[in-house]
Amino acid sequence: MTGIIEIQNLRTYFNTDNGVVKAVDDLSLTIMPGHTLGVVGESGSGKSVTSLTIMKLLAATAEINTGSVIFLGQDIVHMSEKQMRKLRGSEISMIFQEPMSSLNPVHKVGHQVMEAILEHQDVTKNEARERTIELFEEVGIPDPAERIHYYPHQMSGGQKQRVMIAMALSCNPKLLIADEPTTALDVTVQKQILDLICALRDERQMAVLFITHDLGVIAEIADDVMVMYRGKVVEQGDVLDIYENPQHPYTQGLLNCRPRLDTVYKRLPTVSDFMDTTIGDDGNMTITAKEMTDERKQFFINTGRGRLLHKHSELQALGYTDDSSSVTKDATCVSESETPLLNVRDLKVHFPVRQGLLQRVVGHVKAVDGISFDIYRGQTLGLVGESGCGKTTAGRAILQLQKSTAGEVVFDGSVVSSFSRRKMRPLRQEMQIIFQDPFGSMNPRMTIQAAIVEPMKLQGIGSSRTDRIDRAAALLDEVGMLPEHLRRYPHEFSGGQRQRICIARSLAVEPQFIICDESVSALDVSVQAQVLNLLNDLQERRGLTYIFISHDLSVVKFMADMMAVMKDGKIVEFGPSEAIYRNPREEYTRTLIEATPCDDLENIRRLVDQRNKQRSGTI
Amino acid sequence: MAGYLIRRILLGLLTLLLITMVVYALIRFMPGSPMDTDPAMMNPDKMPSAEDLERIKKAYGLDKPVYEAYWIWLSNLASGDMGISYNEKKPVTDVIESRVWATLLLTVPSLVIAYLLAIPIGLWSTIRSGKLDERIAGVSLYMLYAIPSFIAALFLQLLFAVKLSGTAWELPLMGMHHSDYDEMGVIAQTWDLLQHMLLPVICFTYVSLAYYSRFIKANMEEVIRQDYIRTARAKGLGQMRIILHHAFRNTLIPFVTLLGLSLPSLLGGAIILEQVFNWPGMGQLYFRSIGTRDYPVIMGLTLSLSVLTLLGQLFADILYAFVDPRIAYK
Repeated sequence: MTGIIEIQNLRTYFNTDNGVVKAVDDLSLTIMPGHTLGVVGESGSGKSVTSLTIMKLLAATAEINTGSVIFLGQDIVHMSEKQMRKLRGSEISMIFQEPMSSLNPVHKVGHQVMEAILEHQDVTKNEARERTIELFEEVGIPDPAERIHYYPHQMSGGQKQRVMIAMALSCNPKLLIADEPTTALDVTVQKQILDLICALRDERQMAVLFITHDLGVIAEIADDVMVMYRGKVVEQGDVLDIYENPQHPYTQGLLNCRPRLDTVYKRLPTVSDFMDTTIGDDGNMTITAKEMTDERKQFFINTGRGRLLHKHSELQALGYTDDSSSVTKDATCVSESETPLLNVRDLKVHFPVRQGLLQRVVGHVKAVDGISFDIYRGQTLGLVGESGCGKTTAGRAILQLQKSTAGEVVFDGSVVSSFSRRKMRPLRQEMQIIFQDPFGSMNPRMTIQAAIVEPMKLQGIGSSRTDRIDRAAALLDEVGMLPEHLRRYPHEFSGGQRQRICIARSLAVEPQFIICDESVSALDVSVQAQVLNLLNDLQERRGLTYIFISHDLSVVKFMADMMAVMKDGKIVEFGPSEAIYRNPREEYTRTLIEATPCDDLENIRRLVDQRNKQRSGTI
Repeated sequence: MAGYLIRRILLGLLTLLLITMVVYALIRFMPGSPMDTDPAMMNPDKMPSAEDLERIKKAYGLDKPVYEAYWIWLSNLASGDMGISYNEKKPVTDVIESRVWATLLLTVPSLVIAYLLAIPIGLWSTIRSGKLDERIAGVSLYMLYAIPSFIAALFLQLLFAVKLSGTAWELPLMGMHHSDYDEMGVIAQTWDLLQHMLLPVICFTYVSLAYYSRFIKANMEEVIRQDYIRTARAKGLGQMRIILHHAFRNTLIPFVTLLGLSLPSLLGGAIILEQVFNWPGMGQLYFRSIGTRDYPVIMGLTLSLSVLTLLGQLFADILYAFVDPRIAYK
C-alpha cells in the first residue's frame, strides 16, 4: 500500500542576507490513509516550513533545494502555481495555530467556508450553503443554520477552530495538515478539538500531518512520530517506541523536561542535560549525547525546594489531614505563629456594561467575584483556570494595577487596596510582576541596561550610576545571562532569554513578592523548564513569594505549594497542589485534570490498541 | 445606533460653539480692523474723522466688547442670519453661495479622479511590490508628492499658456471664463470652462493621488501579512480574489478615515492654488477676507468648514460600522 504523501530527502533553504538557512535539511516521510504522523520540535526546528513546503506557500526567499514531494503519485515540487491552487483547499488542506487571526474578520464564517467549496466544486451557491451547514454540524457547532451568519468575533476560540476545521474538510481532502491547531486553546477545548480531528480522520480515512511542540498532544493523537531539531529529523518511529524507548538524546530531553502532572522531579532536566550541540566552522551541527545516569537522575529527583504548605490548623480546616495523600514526605507547614505576607479578602473586580442614550450602567461583567486567600512568606500560590476565568485580572487587582470594586488586599500589614497611586509607589518595590509575552513587555528602544537600571533609579536603589550598572550586571549573571548583554536591545534575544531579562528586571528592585502571569506560556518546553528551574532557584536563594498564574495545570502543579482553581471569577477549589491533583474534590478540577494531555505509556498503549481494533474492524 | 447619533450630534454642536468662540476672539484680537485695512484710508487726506469712525464702528457693532458682539453674532446665527459682508455689503450667505460652486467645480472632480486612480494603482503596486516597474512607479509618485502644487502650477502655466500659446495645446492662464463667455453658446461655454478647469484640477489632483495610492499600498502590505491571507491562499483562491475580496476589504477601515478627513477640503479649496489661478472660489475669498478683516465672512467660512469637518468625521464613524462588523454603536 502506498502512502497519501511521500517525501524523499526534502531540503528547503532560505536565502537570507546572512547566508543560506537550512530550514528543512534532509527530511523523508510517508503517511498512510487514516494515519497520523506527529511532527514535534521546538520553534525553529523546521516543522512549520515542512508543512508550508507541502502546500507550496513558502515565502519568496525560500526554495526547495532538492528532494521530492509525491502526493497521490503527483510530483508537487515541479507543479505550477495554477496546478497547486487546484490542490490547495481541496486535496490538501490546512488548519493553523491561531484561530483568532486565521479567519478574515470582515467576512461571515459561513461565507468563508462556502468560498472554498465554490472555488473547487461545481455547485450552486445554495448547495454550497447546505454543505456548509452540514459541515458545521459535523464539526460540532451548535445551531449551524444560524451560526453561518456569524462574524469571527462573535465566536469563541474553540468555535473558530471548528470553523477552520470545517473549512479544511469542505472539499474532502486526502491530507490534512494541522499546524499547532490546539496550542492557543484551553485544555478542555483542546481535548474536544483533538477528539474531533481523530474522529474525522477515522471516518474519512484522511492522512493527518499533525505539527506541535507539545509531546503530550502528540501522544494523544499520533500513530507515528517524527522529532525535528534545527531542520533535521533526529528520530522517527512508532508512537509507542518513541515514548517507551527514545533513542536520540534530544527526544529523551524533550520527554523529560515537560512538567508532567505525575512528575517525580523537583528540578526539571532540560535538553542540555541530555546533549550538547556544537556548530562547526562549516555550519554543520554535531550532537554529543550525555548519559543520564541514575546518579544524575537522583539529583533531579531530590534537589530543590520542598513544598511549603499553609499552617497545620488551616489545612485541617480545609479538610486535609496528615495521613491523607496531601502531605508528601518533603512538605513542611508554615509555623502556627506566622502571619501571612499577603492577605486577599473578598476581592471583586466588576466591569460595568453601559447602554442607552445616557450610557447608564445596566449590568456588570464580574471578572473577579469575591476571592479570598492568604500567602505566607516563601510560598508559591498557583492560580489556575481557563481563559476568561479572571486569574489575570485578579493578579492585577492585587498589585493595584487594576482598581478593585470591593474587598481588601493586605500586603505585609498595609491595606494596599485603599492606597492612592502615590502612596502605592514605594510599595512597588516590594511587589513585582513578570508578564506572559516577553516580546511585548520590553520596550524595543531601551537597552537591557536601561530597562534594568530604570526601576532601581525610581526606587532609589544603588548609590550611584556605576553601582546600579554593576548591580544590573550581577542580576544578568544571576538569571544565567552575560554582563555584556547589558548594551544590547531586546530584539537581539530569543524568547527564553528575554524572559530571563524580564525576571532580572523585576528582581532589580529586590522585591519580596512576584506575580508570574503566564510567564512561561509563550516559551518552548525545554526553555520553559529552564525558566521554571530559575524561578525556583531564585525563590530559594532570595526567599521570594510567588503567585504563579497559568492555564496549564501541570506547570502550576509543578511550581505551586498551594493551588487555587478559578472559574467564572470565583475560586472553586483551594488546597495543597499535590492533594488537589491526587484527589480533586470539584467536578471542574477533575475535568481540567482529565483534559490535560497525557503521555503516560499506559494511555498511549490503550489509544494504539483502540486504533488497531478500529482499523481491523473497518478495513 | 440612534442613541449614538444623538449623542454625537449634541457633542458636535458643543464643539462648534467652542470653535466659533475661539475663532471669534482670535480675529477680534488680531491687530487691525476693517476700518484701517482699506488702502484708500491710508491716504491722510482721506482719513475719516474721529466722529465718523465712531459712527462706522457703531454701525458694524464693533463698539461693543467681544463677548457681547459674539453673543449678538450667535443669536443672529440662530435665526439663520450670518451677517453682512463688510467688503461686498451683501449677506454672508449670498457671498459664500456665489463662491462655493467655483470651488466645488475644482475639488469634486479632483477628489473623484484621485480616488478612482489611487485604488487601482495602490492594489497594482501591492501585487508587483518590489519588482522593477513598481519601484519606478513608487519613486515617481514620491517625486510628485514632493513637488509643491503651486510650483507645479507656475510651470504648467508657463508651458501651456506661454510656450504653447498659439498651438492647439494652448490653455488659458488663469480665471474661470474667457472674456466673451457670455456671448458663447452652451457647448462653447462648457468647452471654455473645461479648458479653464484643466490646469487647476491637475494641480489639485496629483498630490492627493500620490498620497492616497501610497497610503493604500502601505495598508495593503500590512494586511497581506495577516494570518487570514495565508488561510485564503491555503484555500486555493486566486490572487485577484485574495487581493480584492480578502485584503482590500480589510484596508477599508483606514481608508474611510482618510475619506472623512478629505471632506472639508471639498469646500475649503486651496488658498494658494486659487490665488495662482485667480479662481473665484472659497480659498480666495478666505484669503481676502482675512486681509481686509471682513469678520462676518471669516466667521461664516469658519463655521461652514467646521460643520463639514465634523460631518466628515461623523460620516467616517458611521461608515466604520458598515466596513467593519466588529464595530457596533450603542
